[in-house]
Amino acid sequence: MQNKEYHEMIPIWFFIGCLLAFYGLLIMGAGIYQIFYPPEHKLALYHLHPGVWWGGFMILFGLFYIIKFKPKKD
Amino acid sequence: MSEIHLFAVASAPALNLGAIDLLIIITYFFVVLAIGFYLKKYASTGDDFFLAGRKMTAWIAGISFVSANLSSLETMGWSAMAYQYGMLGAHAYLIGAIPAILFLAIVMMPFYYICKTHSVPGYLKLRYGEGARSVAGISFSFMTVMVSGASMFAMAKILNLLLGWDIHVSIWVSSITVAIYVALGGLLSAVFNEVVQFFLIWFGSLLIPVLGIVHAGGWGKMMDTIQQNVKIIHPSVQNADFTSLWRNLGSFDANPMGIDWFGMVFGLGVAVGLGYWCTDFLQVQRVIVAKNLRAAQNGTVIGAVLKMCVPLIVTIPGLLGLAVLLSPDGSPLVLVPESDPRARITNHTYNDVLPLLMGQYLGPGLLGLGVTAMIAGFMSGMAGNVSAFATVWTYDVYKALINKNDTDKHYVRTGRWASIVGVLISIAAAYALLWFSNILEFLQVLVFFFIVPLFGTVILGMLWKRSTPAAGFWGFLTAIIFSICMWVFVHSFPDGYRPQPKISIEPQSVVSVERQNGNNGRIRRIVVESGSIDVVNVPFSSVSSLSEKANKYILNLQNDATLPPMVNQKGDNVSVQLLAPEVINSVTKEKYGFGVEAVPVILKSGVKVIYSDIEMKFVPAAFNPAHTKYIARSEKAKPMAVNMYSAFWSLVVCMAVTIVISLFTKPKPESELKDLVMGLTKIPDEGPCPWYESPKLWAGIVLVVLIAINIIFW
Repeated sequence: MQNKEYHEMIPIWFFIGCLLAFYGLLIMGAGIYQIFYPPEHKLALYHLHPGVWWGGFMILFGLFYIIKFKPKKD
Repeated sequence: MSEIHLFAVASAPALNLGAIDLLIIITYFFVVLAIGFYLKKYASTGDDFFLAGRKMTAWIAGISFVSANLSSLETMGWSAMAYQYGMLGAHAYLIGAIPAILFLAIVMMPFYYICKTHSVPGYLKLRYGEGARSVAGISFSFMTVMVSGASMFAMAKILNLLLGWDIHVSIWVSSITVAIYVALGGLLSAVFNEVVQFFLIWFGSLLIPVLGIVHAGGWGKMMDTIQQNVKIIHPSVQNADFTSLWRNLGSFDANPMGIDWFGMVFGLGVAVGLGYWCTDFLQVQRVIVAKNLRAAQNGTVIGAVLKMCVPLIVTIPGLLGLAVLLSPDGSPLVLVPESDPRARITNHTYNDVLPLLMGQYLGPGLLGLGVTAMIAGFMSGMAGNVSAFATVWTYDVYKALINKNDTDKHYVRTGRWASIVGVLISIAAAYALLWFSNILEFLQVLVFFFIVPLFGTVILGMLWKRSTPAAGFWGFLTAIIFSICMWVFVHSFPDGYRPQPKISIEPQSVVSVERQNGNNGRIRRIVVESGSIDVVNVPFSSVSSLSEKANKYILNLQNDATLPPMVNQKGDNVSVQLLAPEVINSVTKEKYGFGVEAVPVILKSGVKVIYSDIEMKFVPAAFNPAHTKYIARSEKAKPMAVNMYSAFWSLVVCMAVTIVISLFTKPKPESELKDLVMGLTKIPDEGPCPWYESPKLWAGIVLVVLIAINIIFW
């Protein structure tokens, strides 16, 4: 197989953006679910709902990378 | 008489994962494999496979440089160090890494890059000849796969303890994944996955220090709590200062590591730091693949900046362990070293500090991300080892010694197979460690002592054109042998080493605990009604009447017997430790576990006793203070301090031998040293360099920030 040119490669940052946004979605979703259905045994600092804001931060970070490094068609 | 109550560590896994957590972990495996398959088409030539085409940008090279080193053993291990040694744990990064990484970027990188070597042993070949290269290539290949196996073993053990995952499944799933993506895409795939893993490690780990500091009431409050709690957690060094970087290094007594500033600067900063960061090929390979020299240098400086941030996710969790981890009764949770007999029976260990914090703060999804960060860290470290092994094996062993003239395609195929074989040998090493776990410590130290002499040899070769091939070979080899001798010396006990007296009550034995003043008073004595016990180094009248020569007995008691709470060992009164991980309460018939020290034990007739009297001359897990004082200048030196001083002496020996032999042997002609030695190497013109791309400027800025951090936390 011929070695393809590196500039054709999808940037690694795009993969990272997709992965972080997906993870952020799952984590924020789980955090929001816990607000409405609180667990029986609450963790330390549960009242801060870290899953919601950390997940949100990951979504924003991921989206930034997706938009900035999305593969170009040319 | 001291009495320590120890609560049993739950036998159930410490962390419970939900469906979302598992989805996050499975997605991670899917993504790293997908990247490997995607990159296969870009890795068809030798340069592509072994050096990622030498086309990496500074950012990718820098992130990969740090990520290859940021294995989960590193994060968990150095969190444990911070729990054990306080703020001094941060020196692994501050004094032990940043100056060395900057030295690599500015001083050494031009030589590595310009001579176009494939590896550090490859540089030795060019500079000194085949002898030095062969020693370095063969030892490096062996060490790399063994270390990879050791970390695989440790990781599988951690996943088993934390999550209840089967050790064999953990070993095979994670290593096959690494084998696939490294064999497919070579260094390119390893590097790209390391970048992904870097982000996961940070996003999975950063929340713990943020929440922990909030929980502790802020930084100042955390430090105050630490200094109060260490009196209970680390009673043997309760007067030591756990919260300073330098203020406590004036004497060996003032800090928990038993080291002084000289050992820290010259042992950790010079010998270990420069050795590890400047000549460990696993690290150097990450940055010599950059697209040009300036990118390689800037990538290394970026690595230094990122490395300076790592204490946030490593040292701070270790410190938080001293402040916010509490027992059910509200007292500080006491963790113990892995070598402690109580480890994982009645107490968690130092290495558990990070997982315990994860269990304390991370809810659904976040916990999965935290565990993914641990797995990612492990896999990035392993991929780093395997890709470095494939390169060194193919170029410095196979091509140099076995098959010198073949096609590029053949060597790529060899590299792919070397990746797979490297993983298989790692798996074999991991299984060997399952049965001989004490090898782990030996291996880690051996690697440590191999890298330091390598640095001495390489740096003299780069900076001194008079250094000769014979001197390079003999200096390197002598220092390795000297290091091993030092290691044997500090672990030798010519007068005999007796482990702490210990009584272990076997599971299912029936036991009653008698207390003073009712149920909540001090434990007065323990009575073993039935079952069996292991007794080590506790004088036992029923045994001494049997025989004086044998050192192990099994007997069933005919009469009641008493075991003392304290034992005289070589003039010192030592308390007897008693462990009962899973016994039956004689009154309630319920199962429970406990551990105490210095409490008399009554054995009823019919109890089976396995008695051992142990005295050893060589103990890899223990240091002989009478010997460490010659190496580390103090009898109070802890293992880390001994390692740092040993590394320093190893470097001194390597350089001294190399210099002396050079003066009596013939150097290479200058024409053969072009592009290899300072003064004979012309830095290539890479065009105009805007100020914001100047490696020297950024290295200077990083150095200033480093000094500021050291002053702030003085």
